[in-house]
Amino acid sequence: MKKYLKKNLAYYLFVFPAVLAFILVVAIPFILGIIYSFTNWKGYASGSINFIGLQNYVQSLQDNKFIYSVIITVIFGLLNFLFINLVSFSLALMVSSKLKGRNLYRTGFFVPNLVGGLVLGYIWQFIFNSIIPMVGSNIGNSFLANTYFLSNSKLAVVALIFTSTWQYAGYIMMIYYTALQGVSKDLIESSSLDGANYLQRLKNIIIPSIMPAFTISLFLTLASSFQQYDVIVSLTGGGPAAIFNGQSVQSTELLAVNIYNTASVQNQMGQSQARAVMFFVALALISVLQTSITKRKEIES
Amino acid sequence: MKKKIIRIILEVLAVLIFLIYISPLILVVINSAKTGSVITTNPLSWPTNWGTLIDNVKAVLSSPTVQYGKSFLSSVIITVCSLILITVVSSVAAWAIVRRKTKGSNILYYMFVAAMVIPFQVVMYPLISWFKTITDTVTMPLFGFSLLRSYQGMIFAYLGFGISKAIFMFHGFVKGIPYEIEEAARIDGCNQFQVYTKIILPMLKPIIVTVVILNGIWIWNDFLLPLLILGKGNAIQTLPLAVSNFVGAYVKQWDLILTSTLIAIVPVLIIFIFAQKQIIRGMTEGAVKS
Repeated sequence: MKKYLKKNLAYYLFVFPAVLAFILVVAIPFILGIIYSFTNWKGYASGSINFIGLQNYVQSLQDNKFIYSVIITVIFGLLNFLFINLVSFSLALMVSSKLKGRNLYRTGFFVPNLVGGLVLGYIWQFIFNSIIPMVGSNIGNSFLANTYFLSNSKLAVVALIFTSTWQYAGYIMMIYYTALQGVSKDLIESSSLDGANYLQRLKNIIIPSIMPAFTISLFLTLASSFQQYDVIVSLTGGGPAAIFNGQSVQSTELLAVNIYNTASVQNQMGQSQARAVMFFVALALISVLQTSITKRKEIES
Repeated sequence: MKKKIIRIILEVLAVLIFLIYISPLILVVINSAKTGSVITTNPLSWPTNWGTLIDNVKAVLSSPTVQYGKSFLSSVIITVCSLILITVVSSVAAWAIVRRKTKGSNILYYMFVAAMVIPFQVVMYPLISWFKTITDTVTMPLFGFSLLRSYQGMIFAYLGFGISKAIFMFHGFVKGIPYEIEEAARIDGCNQFQVYTKIILPMLKPIIVTVVILNGIWIWNDFLLPLLILGKGNAIQTLPLAVSNFVGAYVKQWDLILTSTLIAIVPVLIIFIFAQKQIIRGMTEGAVKS
Protein backbone atom coordinates (compact mmCIF):
# COMPACT_ATOMS: atom_id res chain seq x y z
CA MET A 1 0.00 0.00 0.00
CA LYS A 2 2.74 2.39 0.99
CA LYS A 3 4.71 1.47 -2.12
CA TYR A 4 1.62 1.99 -4.28
CA LEU A 5 1.13 5.45 -2.85
CA LYS A 6 4.76 6.29 -3.39
CA LYS A 7 4.58 5.25 -7.03
CA ASN A 8 1.40 7.23 -7.59
CA LEU A 9 2.83 10.31 -5.97
CA ALA A 10 5.73 10.20 -8.39
CA TYR A 11 3.26 9.91 -11.27
CA TYR A 12 1.26 12.96 -10.24
CA LEU A 13 4.44 14.89 -9.57
CA PHE A 14 5.70 14.14 -13.08
CA VAL A 15 2.46 14.93 -14.86
CA PHE A 16 1.44 17.94 -12.79
CA PRO A 17 3.56 20.72 -14.37
CA ALA A 18 2.48 19.78 -17.89
CA VAL A 19 -1.19 19.57 -16.93
CA LEU A 20 -1.02 22.88 -15.06
CA ALA A 21 0.59 24.74 -17.96
CA PHE A 22 -1.83 23.13 -20.41
CA ILE A 23 -4.91 24.05 -18.39
CA LEU A 24 -3.83 27.62 -17.73
CA VAL A 25 -2.53 28.45 -21.20
CA VAL A 26 -4.63 26.35 -23.57
CA ALA A 27 -7.68 24.71 -21.97
CA ILE A 28 -9.18 27.61 -20.02
CA PRO A 29 -8.63 30.24 -22.74
CA PHE A 30 -10.07 27.78 -25.28
CA ILE A 31 -13.25 27.27 -23.26
CA LEU A 32 -13.49 30.99 -22.54
CA GLY A 33 -12.99 31.65 -26.24
CA ILE A 34 -15.95 29.52 -27.22
CA ILE A 35 -18.13 31.05 -24.50
CA TYR A 36 -17.14 34.60 -25.45
CA SER A 37 -18.17 33.96 -29.05
CA PHE A 38 -21.81 33.91 -27.83
CA THR A 39 -21.49 37.11 -25.79
CA ASN A 40 -20.97 40.84 -26.19
CA TRP A 41 -17.47 40.46 -24.66
CA LYS A 42 -15.56 43.70 -25.01
CA GLY A 43 -12.06 42.51 -24.31
CA TYR A 44 -9.48 42.72 -21.59
CA ALA A 45 -11.23 44.70 -18.87
CA SER A 46 -13.97 42.17 -18.19
CA GLY A 47 -16.90 44.53 -17.39
CA SER A 48 -20.35 43.06 -17.83
CA ILE A 49 -20.72 40.16 -20.22
CA ASN A 50 -24.13 39.25 -21.62
CA PHE A 51 -25.13 36.29 -23.73
CA ILE A 52 -26.42 37.40 -27.11
CA GLY A 53 -26.96 33.98 -28.70
CA LEU A 54 -25.79 33.58 -32.26
CA GLN A 55 -25.68 37.29 -33.02
CA ASN A 56 -21.88 37.35 -33.47
CA TYR A 57 -22.07 34.47 -35.92
CA VAL A 58 -24.96 35.96 -37.87
CA GLN A 59 -23.31 39.37 -38.08
CA SER A 60 -20.03 37.83 -39.20
CA LEU A 61 -21.74 35.94 -42.00
CA GLN A 62 -23.45 39.16 -43.10
CA ASP A 63 -20.18 41.05 -43.18
CA ASN A 64 -18.78 41.28 -46.70
CA LYS A 65 -15.29 41.70 -45.31
CA PHE A 66 -15.52 38.33 -43.60
CA ILE A 67 -17.06 36.60 -46.62
CA TYR A 68 -14.36 38.03 -48.84
CA SER A 69 -11.77 36.90 -46.33
CA VAL A 70 -13.12 33.33 -46.34
CA ILE A 71 -13.19 33.24 -50.15
CA ILE A 72 -9.71 34.68 -50.57
CA THR A 73 -8.34 32.32 -47.91
CA VAL A 74 -9.71 29.30 -49.77
CA ILE A 75 -8.44 30.60 -53.14
CA PHE A 76 -5.07 31.38 -51.63
CA GLY A 77 -4.96 28.01 -49.88
CA LEU A 78 -5.65 26.06 -53.07
CA LEU A 79 -3.31 28.07 -55.30
CA ASN A 80 -0.64 28.03 -52.65
CA PHE A 81 -1.00 24.28 -52.30
CA LEU A 82 -0.72 23.86 -56.06
CA PHE A 83 2.36 26.09 -56.42
CA ILE A 84 4.20 24.80 -53.38
CA ASN A 85 3.73 21.20 -54.42
CA LEU A 86 4.68 21.82 -58.05
CA VAL A 87 7.82 23.70 -57.06
CA SER A 88 8.79 21.41 -54.22
CA PHE A 89 8.31 18.25 -56.24
CA SER A 90 10.45 19.66 -59.06
CA LEU A 91 13.11 20.69 -56.57
CA ALA A 92 12.98 17.24 -54.97
CA LEU A 93 13.55 15.61 -58.37
CA MET A 94 16.42 18.02 -58.92
CA VAL A 95 18.18 17.29 -55.61
CA SER A 96 17.72 13.53 -55.88
CA SER A 97 19.29 13.46 -59.37
CA LYS A 98 22.96 12.94 -60.15
CA LEU A 99 23.69 16.67 -60.48
CA LYS A 100 27.06 17.74 -59.09
CA GLY A 101 25.89 20.28 -56.53
CA ARG A 102 22.81 18.37 -55.34
CA ASN A 103 23.74 18.39 -51.65
CA LEU A 104 24.41 22.13 -51.66
CA TYR A 105 21.15 22.72 -53.56
CA ARG A 106 19.19 20.67 -51.07
CA THR A 107 20.52 22.66 -48.13
CA GLY A 108 20.08 25.98 -49.92
CA PHE A 109 16.46 25.36 -50.87
CA PHE A 110 15.69 24.53 -47.26
CA VAL A 111 17.14 27.75 -45.81
CA PRO A 112 14.17 30.12 -46.49
CA ASN A 113 12.14 27.92 -44.16
CA LEU A 114 14.37 28.93 -41.25
CA VAL A 115 13.63 32.62 -41.75
CA GLY A 116 10.73 33.89 -39.68
CA GLY A 117 7.56 34.86 -41.54
CA LEU A 118 7.67 38.48 -40.43
CA VAL A 119 11.28 39.03 -41.50
CA LEU A 120 10.64 37.16 -44.72
CA GLY A 121 7.72 39.42 -45.56
CA TYR A 122 9.84 42.55 -45.20
CA ILE A 123 12.53 41.06 -47.42
CA TRP A 124 9.99 40.34 -50.15
CA GLN A 125 8.42 43.76 -49.73
CA PHE A 126 11.84 45.13 -50.65
CA ILE A 127 12.08 42.76 -53.61
CA PHE A 128 8.66 43.62 -55.00
CA ASN A 129 9.07 47.36 -54.49
CA SER A 130 12.72 47.90 -55.38
CA ILE A 131 14.24 44.89 -57.10
CA ILE A 132 11.60 43.75 -59.58
CA PRO A 133 11.05 47.20 -61.17
CA MET A 134 14.83 47.56 -61.44
CA VAL A 135 15.25 44.14 -63.06
CA GLY A 136 12.37 45.03 -65.38
CA SER A 137 14.00 48.22 -66.59
CA ASN A 138 17.40 46.51 -66.92
CA ILE A 139 16.05 43.78 -69.20
CA GLY A 140 13.73 46.23 -70.96
CA ASN A 141 10.47 44.64 -69.81
CA SER A 142 8.06 47.51 -69.37
CA PHE A 143 5.49 45.40 -67.45
CA LEU A 144 7.95 44.49 -64.70
CA ALA A 145 9.54 47.93 -64.76
CA ASN A 146 6.26 49.76 -64.15
CA THR A 147 4.29 47.34 -61.97
CA TYR A 148 4.25 47.56 -58.23
CA PHE A 149 2.83 44.17 -57.26
CA LEU A 150 1.95 45.18 -53.73
CA SER A 151 -0.18 48.18 -54.77
CA ASN A 152 -2.40 46.17 -57.10
CA SER A 153 -5.19 44.25 -55.39
CA LYS A 154 -4.94 41.17 -57.63
CA LEU A 155 -1.18 41.12 -58.01
CA ALA A 156 -0.75 41.48 -54.24
CA VAL A 157 -2.38 38.07 -53.83
CA VAL A 158 -0.01 36.71 -56.48
CA ALA A 159 2.91 38.27 -54.60
CA LEU A 160 1.73 36.61 -51.40
CA ILE A 161 1.52 33.20 -53.08
CA PHE A 162 4.96 33.73 -54.56
CA THR A 163 6.42 34.63 -51.18
CA SER A 164 4.88 31.78 -49.25
CA THR A 165 5.84 29.30 -51.96
CA TRP A 166 9.43 30.48 -51.58
CA GLN A 167 9.16 30.11 -47.84
CA TYR A 168 7.62 26.67 -47.79
CA ALA A 169 8.73 24.81 -50.93
CA GLY A 170 12.13 23.81 -49.57
CA TYR A 171 10.48 22.24 -46.57
CA ILE A 172 7.96 20.21 -48.56
CA MET A 173 10.81 19.34 -50.93
CA MET A 174 12.48 17.49 -48.04
CA ILE A 175 9.37 15.36 -47.55
CA TYR A 176 9.29 14.45 -51.24
CA TYR A 177 13.05 13.95 -51.24
CA THR A 178 12.84 11.47 -48.36
CA ALA A 179 10.04 9.63 -50.16
CA LEU A 180 12.00 9.59 -53.42
CA GLN A 181 14.97 7.98 -51.64
CA GLY A 182 12.66 5.11 -50.79
CA VAL A 183 11.61 4.41 -54.38
CA SER A 184 12.95 1.02 -55.45
CA LYS A 185 16.12 1.43 -57.54
CA ASP A 186 15.64 -2.03 -59.05
CA LEU A 187 12.22 -1.11 -60.35
CA ILE A 188 13.55 2.03 -62.02
CA GLU A 189 16.51 0.20 -63.49
CA SER A 190 14.49 -2.64 -64.91
CA SER A 191 11.96 -0.23 -66.39
CA SER A 192 14.68 1.75 -68.14
CA LEU A 193 16.08 -1.53 -69.48
CA ASP A 194 12.58 -2.18 -70.82
CA GLY A 195 12.91 1.11 -72.68
CA ALA A 196 10.79 3.44 -70.55
CA ASN A 197 11.88 7.08 -70.80
CA TYR A 198 12.15 9.53 -67.92
CA LEU A 199 8.57 10.81 -68.13
CA GLN A 200 7.14 7.29 -68.31
CA ARG A 201 9.17 6.24 -65.29
CA LEU A 202 8.01 9.36 -63.44
CA LYS A 203 4.36 8.69 -64.21
CA ASN A 204 4.28 4.92 -63.76
CA ILE A 205 6.77 4.22 -61.00
CA ILE A 206 7.98 7.28 -59.11
CA ILE A 207 4.72 9.16 -58.54
CA PRO A 208 2.67 6.09 -57.50
CA SER A 209 5.32 5.02 -55.00
CA ILE A 210 5.40 8.36 -53.23
CA MET A 211 1.64 8.86 -52.90
CA PRO A 212 1.77 8.89 -49.05
CA ALA A 213 4.13 11.86 -49.24
CA PHE A 214 1.55 13.66 -51.41
CA THR A 215 -1.10 13.18 -48.73
CA ILE A 216 1.18 14.56 -46.04
CA SER A 217 2.17 17.55 -48.16
CA LEU A 218 -1.43 18.25 -49.10
CA PHE A 219 -2.50 18.72 -45.51
CA LEU A 220 0.68 20.44 -44.38
CA THR A 221 0.39 23.06 -47.10
CA LEU A 222 -3.36 23.53 -46.65
CA ALA A 223 -3.09 23.98 -42.87
CA SER A 224 -0.15 26.36 -43.16
CA SER A 225 -1.82 28.45 -45.88
CA PHE A 226 -4.96 28.89 -43.84
CA GLN A 227 -2.99 30.04 -40.80
CA GLN A 228 -0.75 32.46 -42.70
CA TYR A 229 -0.39 35.64 -40.66
CA ASP A 230 3.15 36.96 -40.11
CA VAL A 231 4.07 37.13 -43.80
CA ILE A 232 0.90 39.04 -44.67
CA VAL A 233 1.40 41.58 -41.90
CA SER A 234 4.88 42.45 -43.10
CA LEU A 235 4.42 41.99 -46.85
CA THR A 236 1.15 43.75 -47.56
CA GLY A 237 -0.35 44.63 -44.18
CA GLY A 238 -3.56 43.10 -45.56
CA GLY A 239 -3.93 45.67 -48.31
CA PRO A 240 -4.31 47.14 -50.86
CA ALA A 241 -8.02 47.99 -50.93
CA ALA A 242 -10.32 46.17 -53.32
CA ILE A 243 -14.03 46.17 -54.06
CA PHE A 244 -16.11 43.10 -53.20
CA ASN A 245 -19.90 43.01 -53.52
CA GLY A 246 -19.94 46.79 -53.78
CA GLN A 247 -18.05 47.21 -50.55
CA SER A 248 -14.45 48.14 -49.87
CA VAL A 249 -12.37 45.24 -48.55
CA GLN A 250 -8.69 44.56 -47.96
CA SER A 251 -7.43 42.34 -50.78
CA THR A 252 -4.92 40.21 -48.83
CA GLU A 253 -6.80 40.12 -45.55
CA LEU A 254 -6.85 36.35 -45.05
CA LEU A 255 -8.83 34.77 -42.21
CA ALA A 256 -6.12 34.90 -39.55
CA VAL A 257 -5.58 38.60 -40.29
CA ASN A 258 -9.31 39.29 -40.44
CA ILE A 259 -9.81 37.70 -37.01
CA TYR A 260 -7.01 39.82 -35.58
CA ASN A 261 -8.27 43.04 -37.18
CA THR A 262 -11.89 42.46 -36.18
CA ALA A 263 -10.76 42.53 -32.58
CA SER A 264 -7.87 44.97 -32.52
CA VAL A 265 -8.92 47.49 -35.16
CA GLN A 266 -12.71 47.36 -35.02
CA ASN A 267 -12.79 46.36 -31.35
CA GLN A 268 -15.45 43.69 -32.02
CA MET A 269 -14.02 41.13 -29.61
CA GLY A 270 -17.07 38.83 -29.50
CA GLN A 271 -17.36 38.77 -33.28
CA SER A 272 -13.65 38.10 -33.62
CA GLN A 273 -14.12 35.09 -31.30
CA ALA A 274 -17.08 33.83 -33.36
CA ARG A 275 -14.94 33.98 -36.50
CA ALA A 276 -12.09 32.20 -34.74
CA VAL A 277 -14.45 29.43 -33.62
CA MET A 278 -15.69 28.93 -37.20
CA PHE A 279 -12.07 28.87 -38.30
CA PHE A 280 -11.36 26.22 -35.67
CA VAL A 281 -14.26 24.05 -36.83
CA ALA A 282 -13.01 24.24 -40.43
CA LEU A 283 -9.46 23.30 -39.44
CA ALA A 284 -10.72 20.49 -37.19
CA LEU A 285 -12.75 19.08 -40.11
CA ILE A 286 -9.65 19.16 -42.31
CA SER A 287 -7.62 17.23 -39.74
CA VAL A 288 -10.38 14.69 -39.17
CA LEU A 289 -10.44 14.17 -42.93
CA GLN A 290 -6.66 13.81 -42.90
CA THR A 291 -6.62 11.19 -40.15
CA SER A 292 -9.34 9.14 -41.80
CA ILE A 293 -7.54 9.24 -45.15
CA THR A 294 -4.19 8.30 -43.60
CA LYS A 295 -5.79 5.50 -41.59
CA ARG A 296 -7.51 4.08 -44.66
CA LYS A 297 -4.21 4.21 -46.56
CA GLU A 298 -2.47 2.37 -43.73
CA ILE A 299 -5.05 -0.39 -43.77
CA GLU A 300 -4.75 -0.72 -47.54
CA SER A 301 -0.97 -1.05 -47.46
CA MET B 1 28.57 13.37 -77.26
CA LYS B 2 24.97 14.46 -77.39
CA LYS B 3 24.45 13.06 -73.90
CA LYS B 4 27.42 15.04 -72.61
CA ILE B 5 26.05 18.32 -73.98
CA ILE B 6 22.64 17.69 -72.42
CA ARG B 7 24.40 16.91 -69.15
CA ILE B 8 26.31 20.23 -69.22
CA ILE B 9 23.15 22.17 -70.06
CA LEU B 10 21.34 20.55 -67.14
CA GLU B 11 24.19 21.36 -64.76
CA VAL B 12 24.22 25.02 -65.82
CA LEU B 13 20.44 25.18 -65.55
CA ALA B 14 20.61 23.74 -62.03
CA VAL B 15 23.15 26.36 -60.95
CA LEU B 16 20.90 29.10 -62.35
CA ILE B 17 17.79 27.78 -60.60
CA PHE B 18 19.73 27.54 -57.35
CA LEU B 19 21.05 31.09 -57.62
CA ILE B 20 17.62 32.52 -58.44
CA TYR B 21 16.07 30.62 -55.55
CA ILE B 22 18.50 31.94 -52.97
CA SER B 23 18.82 35.39 -54.57
CA PRO B 24 16.52 37.06 -52.01
CA LEU B 25 19.00 36.13 -49.29
CA ILE B 26 21.95 37.30 -51.39
CA LEU B 27 20.12 40.59 -52.00
CA VAL B 28 19.68 41.07 -48.26
CA VAL B 29 23.39 40.56 -47.67
CA ILE B 30 24.66 42.81 -50.47
CA ASN B 31 22.20 45.59 -49.72
CA SER B 32 23.04 45.49 -46.04
CA ALA B 33 26.50 46.57 -47.15
CA LYS B 34 25.30 49.71 -48.95
CA THR B 35 24.09 53.14 -47.95
CA GLY B 36 20.44 54.06 -48.45
CA SER B 37 21.06 56.21 -51.52
CA VAL B 38 23.04 53.46 -53.27
CA ILE B 39 20.20 50.99 -52.62
CA THR B 40 17.68 53.34 -54.23
CA THR B 41 19.73 53.89 -57.38
CA ASN B 42 21.27 50.46 -57.69
CA PRO B 43 19.90 47.64 -55.53
CA LEU B 44 21.39 44.96 -57.80
CA SER B 45 25.04 46.02 -57.76
CA TRP B 46 27.77 44.28 -55.79
CA PRO B 47 28.76 46.43 -52.78
CA THR B 48 31.90 48.51 -53.25
CA ASN B 49 32.82 48.74 -49.60
CA TRP B 50 31.99 45.92 -47.19
CA GLY B 51 32.88 48.23 -44.31
CA THR B 52 29.43 49.76 -44.79
CA LEU B 53 27.97 46.49 -43.51
CA ILE B 54 29.74 47.00 -40.19
CA ASP B 55 28.58 50.63 -40.05
CA ASN B 56 24.99 49.51 -40.69
CA VAL B 57 25.16 46.80 -38.04
CA LYS B 58 26.50 49.37 -35.57
CA ALA B 59 23.75 51.81 -36.52
CA VAL B 60 21.06 49.16 -36.01
CA LEU B 61 22.43 47.99 -32.67
CA SER B 62 22.84 51.53 -31.33
CA SER B 63 19.53 52.88 -32.66
CA PRO B 64 18.06 55.34 -30.13
CA THR B 65 14.45 54.49 -31.02
CA VAL B 66 14.61 50.70 -31.17
CA GLN B 67 16.71 48.88 -28.59
CA TYR B 68 17.83 46.20 -30.96
CA GLY B 69 20.73 44.79 -28.94
CA LYS B 70 18.55 44.42 -25.87
CA SER B 71 15.84 42.67 -27.90
CA PHE B 72 18.42 40.24 -29.18
CA LEU B 73 19.29 39.34 -25.59
CA SER B 74 15.60 39.06 -24.65
CA SER B 75 14.99 36.70 -27.57
CA VAL B 76 17.87 34.52 -26.41
CA ILE B 77 16.58 34.45 -22.81
CA ILE B 78 13.00 33.65 -23.84
CA THR B 79 13.99 30.98 -26.37
CA VAL B 80 16.49 29.22 -24.10
CA CYS B 81 14.29 29.21 -20.97
CA SER B 82 11.22 28.06 -22.91
CA LEU B 83 13.17 25.25 -24.56
CA ILE B 84 14.56 23.96 -21.26
CA LEU B 85 11.12 24.05 -19.63
CA ILE B 86 9.32 22.45 -22.58
CA THR B 87 11.88 19.65 -22.78
CA VAL B 88 11.94 18.82 -19.07
CA VAL B 89 8.21 19.18 -18.38
CA SER B 90 7.00 17.26 -21.41
CA SER B 91 9.59 14.46 -21.37
CA VAL B 92 8.80 13.72 -17.72
CA ALA B 93 5.05 13.84 -18.35
CA ALA B 94 5.25 11.69 -21.48
CA TRP B 95 7.34 9.11 -19.65
CA ALA B 96 4.86 8.94 -16.76
CA ILE B 97 1.92 8.67 -19.18
CA VAL B 98 3.50 5.82 -21.14
CA ARG B 99 4.52 3.82 -18.08
CA ARG B 100 1.23 4.09 -16.24
CA LYS B 101 -1.27 2.25 -18.34
CA THR B 102 -4.53 3.46 -16.84
CA LYS B 103 -7.61 4.99 -18.39
CA GLY B 104 -6.86 8.39 -16.87
CA SER B 105 -3.41 8.28 -18.33
CA ASN B 106 -4.83 7.57 -21.77
CA ILE B 107 -7.37 10.38 -21.51
CA LEU B 108 -4.61 12.76 -20.54
CA TYR B 109 -2.58 11.78 -23.58
CA TYR B 110 -5.49 12.24 -25.98
CA MET B 111 -6.26 15.59 -24.40
CA PHE B 112 -2.77 16.82 -25.29
CA VAL B 113 -2.95 15.40 -28.80
CA ALA B 114 -6.40 16.79 -29.51
CA ALA B 115 -5.25 20.27 -28.46
CA MET B 116 -2.82 20.35 -31.39
CA VAL B 117 -5.80 21.05 -33.67
CA ILE B 118 -6.77 24.27 -31.85
CA PRO B 119 -5.70 27.29 -33.92
CA PHE B 120 -3.99 30.06 -32.02
CA GLN B 121 -6.67 32.55 -33.13
CA VAL B 122 -9.31 30.95 -30.89
CA VAL B 123 -7.27 31.25 -27.71
CA MET B 124 -5.22 34.42 -28.21
CA TYR B 125 -7.57 37.12 -26.93
CA PRO B 126 -9.10 35.08 -24.07
CA LEU B 127 -5.53 34.15 -23.07
CA ILE B 128 -4.56 37.79 -22.64
CA SER B 129 -7.59 38.71 -20.54
CA TRP B 130 -7.19 35.48 -18.55
CA PHE B 131 -3.49 36.22 -17.94
CA LYS B 132 -4.52 39.63 -16.68
CA THR B 133 -6.98 38.00 -14.26
CA ILE B 134 -4.31 35.62 -12.94
CA THR B 135 -1.91 38.54 -12.59
CA ASP B 136 -4.39 40.63 -10.59
CA THR B 137 -5.55 37.81 -8.32
CA VAL B 138 -2.55 35.50 -7.91
CA THR B 139 0.87 36.27 -9.30
CA MET B 140 0.99 39.99 -8.47
CA PRO B 141 -0.26 39.89 -4.86
CA LEU B 142 1.54 36.61 -4.00
CA PHE B 143 4.73 36.67 -6.05
CA GLY B 144 5.00 40.26 -7.23
CA PHE B 145 5.18 39.67 -10.98
CA SER B 146 2.82 40.11 -13.92
CA LEU B 147 2.16 37.55 -16.66
CA LEU B 148 1.82 40.32 -19.23
CA ARG B 149 4.81 42.30 -20.51
CA SER B 150 7.14 39.99 -18.59
CA TYR B 151 9.59 37.15 -19.19
CA GLN B 152 7.62 34.91 -16.82
CA GLY B 153 4.38 35.25 -18.76
CA MET B 154 6.05 34.92 -22.15
CA ILE B 155 7.95 31.76 -21.17
CA PHE B 156 4.94 30.23 -19.41
CA ALA B 157 2.82 30.80 -22.52
CA TYR B 158 5.42 29.09 -24.72
CA LEU B 159 5.48 26.20 -22.26
CA GLY B 160 1.71 25.82 -22.51
CA PHE B 161 1.60 26.03 -26.31
CA GLY B 162 4.72 23.89 -26.78
CA ILE B 163 4.01 20.88 -24.57
CA SER B 164 1.20 19.27 -26.61
CA LYS B 165 3.37 18.49 -29.59
CA ALA B 166 6.40 17.76 -27.41
CA ILE B 167 4.49 15.25 -25.29
CA PHE B 168 3.19 13.64 -28.46
CA MET B 169 6.73 13.26 -29.78
CA PHE B 170 8.27 12.05 -26.50
CA HIS B 171 5.36 9.63 -26.03
CA GLY B 172 6.11 7.90 -29.30
CA PHE B 173 9.76 7.61 -28.41
CA VAL B 174 9.41 6.41 -24.81
CA LYS B 175 7.09 3.63 -25.98
CA GLY B 176 10.08 2.15 -27.78
CA ILE B 177 12.27 1.98 -24.66
CA PRO B 178 12.03 -1.49 -23.07
CA TYR B 179 10.58 -1.43 -19.58
CA GLU B 180 13.05 -4.11 -18.42
CA ILE B 181 15.87 -1.56 -18.40
CA GLU B 182 13.98 0.55 -15.85
CA GLU B 183 13.12 -2.51 -13.77
CA ALA B 184 16.76 -3.49 -13.61
CA ALA B 185 17.74 0.00 -12.46
CA ARG B 186 15.06 -0.10 -9.78
CA ILE B 187 16.31 -3.44 -8.50
CA ASP B 188 19.75 -1.84 -8.30
CA GLY B 189 18.23 0.72 -5.92
CA CYS B 190 17.39 3.71 -8.13
CA ASN B 191 14.32 5.77 -7.18
CA GLN B 192 11.93 7.20 -9.80
CA PHE B 193 13.88 10.42 -10.08
CA GLN B 194 17.17 8.60 -10.59
CA VAL B 195 15.62 6.27 -13.15
CA TYR B 196 14.62 9.35 -15.11
CA THR B 197 17.94 11.22 -14.94
CA LYS B 198 20.23 8.20 -15.27
CA ILE B 199 18.33 5.87 -17.59
CA ILE B 200 15.58 7.65 -19.50
CA LEU B 201 17.08 11.08 -20.14
CA PRO B 202 20.25 9.80 -21.83
CA MET B 203 18.17 7.54 -24.08
CA LEU B 204 15.90 10.41 -25.09
CA LYS B 205 18.77 12.40 -26.61
CA PRO B 206 17.80 12.07 -30.29
CA ILE B 207 14.19 13.07 -29.70
CA ILE B 208 15.26 15.93 -27.41
CA VAL B 209 17.32 17.32 -30.29
CA THR B 210 14.25 17.17 -32.53
CA VAL B 211 11.96 18.82 -29.97
CA VAL B 212 14.50 21.58 -29.26
CA ILE B 213 15.00 22.32 -32.97
CA LEU B 214 11.30 22.43 -33.82
CA ASN B 215 10.38 24.60 -30.86
CA GLY B 216 13.53 26.71 -31.06
CA ILE B 217 12.87 27.82 -34.63
CA TRP B 218 9.20 28.47 -33.84
CA ILE B 219 9.91 30.55 -30.72
CA TRP B 220 12.81 32.50 -32.22
CA ASN B 221 10.75 33.53 -35.26
CA ASP B 222 7.33 33.88 -33.62
CA PHE B 223 5.66 37.26 -33.90
CA LEU B 224 2.00 37.14 -32.87
CA LEU B 225 2.31 35.70 -29.37
CA PRO B 226 5.04 38.16 -28.27
CA LEU B 227 3.01 40.95 -29.88
CA LEU B 228 0.04 40.06 -27.67
CA ILE B 229 1.88 39.26 -24.44
CA LEU B 230 4.76 41.73 -24.53
CA GLY B 231 3.11 44.40 -26.68
CA LYS B 232 4.86 46.63 -29.19
CA GLY B 233 7.45 49.09 -27.91
CA ASN B 234 7.39 48.01 -24.26
CA ALA B 235 10.43 47.26 -22.09
CA ILE B 236 10.87 43.62 -23.16
CA GLN B 237 10.87 42.99 -26.92
CA THR B 238 11.79 39.93 -28.99
CA LEU B 239 13.69 40.22 -32.25
CA PRO B 240 10.68 39.94 -34.59
CA LEU B 241 9.00 42.69 -32.56
CA ALA B 242 12.16 44.78 -32.78
CA VAL B 243 12.36 44.29 -36.55
CA SER B 244 8.75 45.41 -36.87
CA ASN B 245 9.43 48.43 -34.61
CA PHE B 246 12.41 49.16 -36.79
CA VAL B 247 10.35 49.19 -39.98
CA GLY B 248 7.90 51.55 -38.29
CA ALA B 249 10.59 53.91 -37.04
CA TYR B 250 12.81 53.95 -40.14
CA VAL B 251 10.23 53.97 -42.92
CA LYS B 252 11.75 52.80 -46.23
CA GLN B 253 15.30 53.13 -44.91
CA TRP B 254 16.14 49.80 -46.49
CA ASP B 255 19.84 49.90 -45.55
CA LEU B 256 18.96 49.72 -41.86
CA ILE B 257 15.82 47.57 -42.23
CA LEU B 258 17.63 44.93 -44.30
CA THR B 259 20.53 44.93 -41.88
CA SER B 260 18.11 44.38 -39.00
CA THR B 261 16.57 41.40 -40.83
CA LEU B 262 20.05 40.07 -41.50
CA ILE B 263 20.91 40.21 -37.79
CA ALA B 264 17.71 38.30 -37.00
CA ILE B 265 18.50 35.57 -39.55
CA VAL B 266 22.21 35.05 -38.88
CA PRO B 267 21.98 33.21 -35.51
CA VAL B 268 19.60 30.63 -36.97
CA LEU B 269 21.84 30.25 -40.03
CA ILE B 270 24.93 29.69 -37.89
CA ILE B 271 23.17 26.99 -35.89
CA PHE B 272 21.88 25.52 -39.15
CA ILE B 273 25.40 25.29 -40.58
CA PHE B 274 26.57 23.26 -37.58
CA ALA B 275 23.50 21.08 -37.13
CA GLN B 276 22.20 20.81 -40.71
CA LYS B 277 21.43 17.09 -40.65
CA GLN B 278 19.69 17.16 -37.29
CA ILE B 279 17.63 20.23 -38.20
CA ILE B 280 16.46 18.90 -41.55
CA ARG B 281 15.70 15.48 -40.11
CA GLY B 282 14.05 16.92 -37.01
CA MET B 283 11.80 19.29 -38.92
CA THR B 284 10.64 16.80 -41.53
CA GLU B 285 10.18 13.95 -39.05
CA GLY B 286 8.23 16.20 -36.71
CA ALA B 287 5.87 17.12 -39.53
CA VAL B 288 5.39 13.63 -40.85
CA LYS B 289 4.58 12.20 -37.43
CA SER B 290 1.97 14.79 -36.53
